[in-house]
Amino acid sequence: MMATNAEKLVDESTASEEWDPKIIVFCCNWCSYAGADLAGVSRLQMPTDFLVIRTMCSARVDPEFVLRAFAKGADGVLVAGCHPADCHYIGGNYRTRRRIAILRVLLEQYGFDPDRLRLEWISASEGEKFQKTIREFTERIKEIGPNPLKED
Amino acid sequence: MKEDIRIGVFVCHCGTNIGGFVDVPSVVEYSRTLPGVIYATGNLYTCAEDGLASIRDAIKEHHLNRVIVASCTPRTHAPLFQGVCEEAGLNKYLFTFVNIREHCSWVHMKEGPKATEKAKDLVRMGVARAQLLEPKEEARIDVEPKALVIGGGISGMVAATSIANHGFPVYLVEKEADFGGFVRNLNNLYLGGKDATEMLKPIVDQVTSNKNIIKCLKSKVAGVDGFIGNYQVALDVDGKEVKDKVGVIVLATGADEYVPEGLFGYDLYENVVTLTEFEILCKRKTLPKISSIAFIQCVGSRGHVKSYCSRICCNVAIKNALNIAENYQNILGKDERGAVVEKVGVDMKAPEEIAERRRRRRGRRDREGGEEEAEAPAPSEGIEIAIFNRDIMSYGLEHELNYNKAREKHVRFVRYSPANPPKVYTENGKLVVDYWHDTLKLQRKMNVDMIVLSTPLVSPPSAPGISKLLKVPLGQDGFFLEAHVKLRPVDFATDGIFVCGTAKGPADITECVFQAQAAASRAAIPLARGYVQAEALTAIVDADICTGCGTCIEVCPYGALRKNMDGVAEVIVAACKGCGCCGATCPEGAIDLSHYTDSQLLAEAKAALQEAIQ
Repeated sequence: MMATNAEKLVDESTASEEWDPKIIVFCCNWCSYAGADLAGVSRLQMPTDFLVIRTMCSARVDPEFVLRAFAKGADGVLVAGCHPADCHYIGGNYRTRRRIAILRVLLEQYGFDPDRLRLEWISASEGEKFQKTIREFTERIKEIGPNPLKED
Repeated sequence: MKEDIRIGVFVCHCGTNIGGFVDVPSVVEYSRTLPGVIYATGNLYTCAEDGLASIRDAIKEHHLNRVIVASCTPRTHAPLFQGVCEEAGLNKYLFTFVNIREHCSWVHMKEGPKATEKAKDLVRMGVARAQLLEPKEEARIDVEPKALVIGGGISGMVAATSIANHGFPVYLVEKEADFGGFVRNLNNLYLGGKDATEMLKPIVDQVTSNKNIIKCLKSKVAGVDGFIGNYQVALDVDGKEVKDKVGVIVLATGADEYVPEGLFGYDLYENVVTLTEFEILCKRKTLPKISSIAFIQCVGSRGHVKSYCSRICCNVAIKNALNIAENYQNILGKDERGAVVEKVGVDMKAPEEIAERRRRRRGRRDREGGEEEAEAPAPSEGIEIAIFNRDIMSYGLEHELNYNKAREKHVRFVRYSPANPPKVYTENGKLVVDYWHDTLKLQRKMNVDMIVLSTPLVSPPSAPGISKLLKVPLGQDGFFLEAHVKLRPVDFATDGIFVCGTAKGPADITECVFQAQAAASRAAIPLARGYVQAEALTAIVDADICTGCGTCIEVCPYGALRKNMDGVAEVIVAACKGCGCCGATCPEGAIDLSHYTDSQLLAEAKAALQEAIQ
């Protein structure tokens, strides 16, 4: 039993070494970027596969950006914004929420797993949530596998 | 003719914070291979004086026109590095921050080479962004040194006087024929018991004698257009139209008392009145003679009709109970047959049972002969006072003492549960409160001459109209909603418009004065400075692409977009905060956000995925 588990672990780790996903994270300046900063200050360790792009508000994230990121080969896109009712710009995050919901449906229609796109509310005080989100999301993307466009 | 892009990259070791986990020299080496990078170096601490000097020197020596610092977070250090760029003559918007500490070395301490690779990715993204940056100037907008205060109640008057005393002309708009607002209804005020009219008079006098206040009675605001510093307002002053430009607007439109129709016999019996109606009776000296009175708290509030607690009614009910207990002769009408007398026999003596009980109590006290007991005054004139409540919230420093005092004066506080509230009906022509006594576990009845219902303050019916006119939001309960409940309590999210008093929720006079003075001092800032600095980060409309569909106007939370003469969208630079919501919404892609343009963000994304696309 133990041996199989260990084997499995080795298998998994070698598998992940073979393929590191590319994940784009759009963080709003006021909450989520600060939450990511807090994760750093708190030395919360997480996988290296994500790259943060700062926008002023999560509502700045044009659906087109997300689609283009996938077209360019991103394996996952995470959009992080302030919690509902806590948006620096009054209610931008509500619009983000609607856009992402529609976008996920669209992605599915294009043959993408909608889980490749995730929306998360991360406040400036939620470094741990940022870590948890990145860990979970990276794990999920690894499960789904590489962006199908890259195989062509 | 496009200028040559000359980028300088400064990679910080941050001691061992970055250098201990990321191979900084190899990141520097990699940076040199990126397009447009003329100069790259590592610093032990870029934020230390020698680090800053190396930026300054490199800008001059290598004629850099873009600077990238790869170190910690822009949230703490961007202003420092931007300042250095400006010192060296480089526009601060040509500076790019790359975060390789919080987002890289500190969270990938065990990843070794992967952390270095990620730092390179991040620098590559920064370079891609830097190439597309453009210098920006922050526009200055002049402020018209005039103010408009809407509402001539206590808050409006205090705010107007305060702004006027700063030396700025103020329009004070009041819909009634007199200033004073809601407070004109009140008899006397809690904490001190001063007569409301007496308290109001000096404040009204200050307004009427102030030359800087343009008094507009029987007036209303007909139109508002513009943005901070430049609001075009149209006033209807007693039928005449007045148009002017003001720099700031203070909203002090107040609140109404909730009319408890259908509750506790309010529509059925004349002697069931609201708290404010009771105040009016006292003030006009038309209060009928009473031998017993009941106050019922939380009528229509706290989940009954309105969700919120109106805050002031507990203290006001206690004040009125004390008035009756201590000061009955002074509030009693001289003409004891007021309008209310005729319907119910309020002049009746206390019911026999109660009188008997009182006799017994008095007898017991006499026998015991305790000095305190003997001196403790029974409710004045033997009037029975009961306050039916869910719980008493006598918040504040002295109110709790008043609450205790009321208990000492034998005001009965009877608790009821919202599931089983008291019932009000008449029996033999007399009002009865039929209630469940939770301590005694008994259904009890109390005969009363008068019932006072404590109903909440509610947003007036005019609020939605004003909200639309000024483009400021209302909260769930219909009151005006401030920009931030703690940090910006008298500001609206829209610059240049402020709110105070009961327009923003139930408050007592002290709190209204606080808020009014706060709003006035906030409003005076742009007036005194004479200009406002607009955000450099604003939306930009490409008029050639815009079809004038108006979607952006709908989504903008600041009312910063409008249609111009040509029917296409136009950004009001002074009002725009640069969130970019409009840009993401525009179906034509006609709106971009400066400094976070579509092309800059996409370039970053593309650079991030460079490995992926081969």
